[in-house]
Formats: sequence, C-alpha cells, structure tokens
Amino acid sequence: MSHAPLLEIKNATQRFGGVVAVNDVSLHVNEGEVFALVGPNGAGKSTVFNLLSRFHTPAEGSITFDGNDVLKLSSDDVPSIGIARTFQNIELFEQATVLQNLLVGRHRHRKSNIFSELFFTPKARNEERQHRHAVEQVIDFLDLQAYRDKMISGLPYGVRKVVELGRALATEPKLLLLDEPASGLSVEETQDMAFWIEDMQKQMGITILMVEHDMGLVSAVSNRVLALSDGKELATGTPAEVQSHPAVIEAYLGTSGIQKGGKK
Amino acid sequence: MPGAELGGKRLDFVQLIVSGLANGCVYGLIALGFVMIYKATEAVNFAQGDFMMLGAFFCLGFTNADFMGLNFWLAVPLAMIFMGILGYVFDWGVLRHMSGQSQTSIVILTIAVGFILRFVAGTVWSHEPVSLETPFAGVNLDFGGVVLGVNELLIIVVTIILTVALFVFFSRTKLGIAMQAASQNQLAAYYMGVPVKRIQSLVWALSGVVAAVAGILFASKGAIDPSSGLLGIKAFAAAAIGGFGSLPGALVGGLIIGLIEPLAARFAPDGFAGVARIAPYAILIIVLIFRPGGLFSQTQKKKV
Repeated sequence: MSHAPLLEIKNATQRFGGVVAVNDVSLHVNEGEVFALVGPNGAGKSTVFNLLSRFHTPAEGSITFDGNDVLKLSSDDVPSIGIARTFQNIELFEQATVLQNLLVGRHRHRKSNIFSELFFTPKARNEERQHRHAVEQVIDFLDLQAYRDKMISGLPYGVRKVVELGRALATEPKLLLLDEPASGLSVEETQDMAFWIEDMQKQMGITILMVEHDMGLVSAVSNRVLALSDGKELATGTPAEVQSHPAVIEAYLGTSGIQKGGKK
Repeated sequence: MPGAELGGKRLDFVQLIVSGLANGCVYGLIALGFVMIYKATEAVNFAQGDFMMLGAFFCLGFTNADFMGLNFWLAVPLAMIFMGILGYVFDWGVLRHMSGQSQTSIVILTIAVGFILRFVAGTVWSHEPVSLETPFAGVNLDFGGVVLGVNELLIIVVTIILTVALFVFFSRTKLGIAMQAASQNQLAAYYMGVPVKRIQSLVWALSGVVAAVAGILFASKGAIDPSSGLLGIKAFAAAAIGGFGSLPGALVGGLIIGLIEPLAARFAPDGFAGVARIAPYAILIIVLIFRPGGLFSQTQKKKV
C-alpha cells in the first residue's frame, strides 16, 4: 500500500462484564474497498460496529479514520468525519415520510442560521434546494420514487431497509457501515442490494464495511473478508481464501460437532 | 341601555367567546409545553403550570413599580430568556443525571419541583395575588357595542403569532428538525449528527420560553399568585384531549377547554354553577372513551 488505510483498528478489546466480546482485533480498510466482517452469532461483529460508531468505548486499542482519532469523538460527531451506518434492526424516523427521513440525512451539511431559516430568506431557500437536489439523486439511485411521500410506519420491511441505506447515503459518507444489509430481504431484494453496493463502490467511490451472514452476497461484492469467532480474528483475505480457511470451517461447522455444540 | 334585550345578549355572547378563547390560548400554550417535552423526552413535566407562573412572576418582578420597575417591553424578553435558561439548566443539571430512571420517578420529581417553585415565588414576590402592570391594562376597544379588552385580543394575537413561529421553526430550521428527529428516534438521530442530549435541554429551554409567554399573557388579564400554576392541570387535560403527541392538538385542546368553561357557566341550569368547573374534565373523559389517543392522535398500531 502506498498510502495509509482509510480506517484502521488496532488491537481493540471490548469486555462486557466477564465476556470478552472483541478480543485484540486489528483490521484496516483501504479506500474504495468493500470489506466484510463474517462469523457466527455472538462473534463480535456488531460490537466492532458499535465501537466504530462510538456506542461503546473499547477497553484497549485505537481506531483512526481518515486522520481522525475516532475514540476522541462522540456518537454525534461520527457523521461529521464521513462515517454513516445502517442498523440491523432498522432505525428510521417512523412518523415521517421517506423524503423527510432522507432530508435528516443532510443534517451535517446544513449551515445553521436560525433567522434566515425562520424567514426563509433567498439564501436559506437556495440551501434547501441544494439539499432537496442531493436527496432526489439518492431517491433516483435507489428507485424510491414511488415511496417519496409515504410515511415510514406504513412501509414494508424491504423498502424500509432501502430507505435506511438512502438516509446513510444522503449524509455523503466516505465510509458506509452496513449492518446485515441483506437480512430479511428476499432473493430479488438481495440482488438489488448487491448491485447497489457495487455501484456505491465503483461509481460513488464510497468505501464499505459490512457485517453480513449471506455468504453469497459477501462473495459477490467483497474485496476482502475478515472472519471472527468468539471475539477473535480467525482469518482475513479474499472471500474464497476465508471460506476455505480451516479455522473458519471449524468455527462454522465444528470439527467434532457434538462436543463443540455441547460447549455453548 | 334602551336596546333590545336580545341584542344585548348577543353582544354579551361575543364577549364570552372572546374571553373563553383568550383563556383557551393560555391553556393551549401550557399544553404545548407539556407536549414538546413529552415528545422529546417521553417525560411529563407536571411543573409546566408552575413554569408558567414563574414566568409571569419574573416579568412582574422586572416591570412592577414595587420591584425593579423596568419598561414592560424590556421585562417580557427578559422573563422569556430567564425561563429559557431555567428550563435548560433544569434538564442539564438534574434530568440528564436521571437518564435510565423510570418515567415515574421523573414525573414525581417534576411534581416536587412544582412545589418548590410555588414556595420560592411566594417568598420572593408574594403569596397574595398581585397584578402585572402592563401598558394596556384596563384598555378596552369598542366594536359597535361589543367591548373587548385589549389584553384578551392581545392574548389571541400573540398565541397565533407564536404558533406560526413554532410551526416554521419545527418544519424549516435545522434545530427544529433536529428536535423532531431526536424525539422520534434517538439512536438514529445520533448517527445523523444530532447531539441528542443538548437538543433535549434546548427543548426544555423552548418550553420554558413558551411557559413564560403563557404566564405573561395569563397575568395580563388578572392577578397572579404562586398557586396559579395549578391551572397546569387543566392544560394537562387540554394536552390529553388533543392527543399527547400533537402540537396542534394541544392548542385545539386548550381552546376547547377555554371555551367550554364560560359556556357551561352561562348555560348551566340554576343551582348547577359547578358545571363549569367539571366541564373540562367531563370533555376529557368523553374524548378518552371515544378516541383514546386524543383528537389528533398520531400513534399507530404497531406492526408485528
């Protein structure tokens, strides 16, 4: 690598009481890459995401992103350095429309001047127009036209998932954290998701770090994969390398299944 | 007056409606404070009525000749600013340390704060009713026989202006939208870059400002004493009638209660004068039976 990675996690450890959820994990994500975290349930994937979005502070380790010390920031500062995320359980503004949800994504780009906003001066109007334009591009990209003015609370699961992705995109991130983007989606919807991930990477130049169980999707879109189990790194490499790695196969299937299964 | 008795009654009726609307505006503004805080923090501030009372006393303390004797038009913004600071500091200094506690303990805390504020106001200003000295006290306008107090008209006009300003604030400004976002989904708001804790303190500040306006308007049409804050209970009923999550609902609820009181008093049969006092709560019960979410209910059935 000629230049520093966009995101670098070094020796991160996170404990919850006696449980070590993430144990001395290091990883780096290069600019323009799609990087996937895989592993069985409870492996620590979501905890890594929560460390990155400053929901938890690791007991040990460091996280740097694009020259910033992430651990010095609070949750609401994370978007301002160019990190956006989606949630496994979809966190949208339920009593608002799709358009309004996406517009909240523009929050970090809004220049606050309450008086020009209150009196809707030409400057404020102009800014509003720019944000609307940015949001319309996201709507076009994700084919959300039909739902633009629909309330979130009435939308089906698959659409909400796409809206949440759209809201993250509206923040214009450098790094997008996708927490199980394909969970709960139909085969067709998962295919759409795969296309969008590719487009975001290739056309928009967004770096993507995702947690995903669907190995089909992971193999299709990821450049590199890190497999975790019990909070520890098992293997890192291309999807094919990781899938054929003996430690990964053992973690998923168990070498002597009955004994292994009896432990937990 | 030699005019027909019927004509006199009609004029009387207009005055009744205007005065009811003016009262309703005050209830509505207090209810607005309830709803703003409820939406932002899911806590109910039972001291909201006492905030209103305190706002009135701040203004009175600044402007009345017995106290500081400042110009009324200077005293009003000062009282609003002081109540805003008080709201912010209360959230920042007290409630923020209670996050994770049950809503019940927060509710009880606000009830206790109400008692403290009543006592403090009584000690600092007076336990007896005092009138707020306004430039328009006792000034009436005559609309062809219908005599209306300037204070009552002013209450209605100020409430309309404040409502429009709040509507624009919540729908157009960065801060207002951030407040809505934080009230709907805190987690998501954080990751859109909204500093949720600070926003919640600012909601408390805003509801303090609105309470100050309500208090000044209330005191402008009569005397105020430390227990005036108890009309917050009526405003609470107004908020519930409107549907606790709805800002327009809070105002409409306030107007309904404001109108029903004088009308019930006027048309109650002889010997049933108490009807006016019961009417607001009777309406509350009827609304809750037939529309449990309130008139402007925003809650939807959860999908599974």
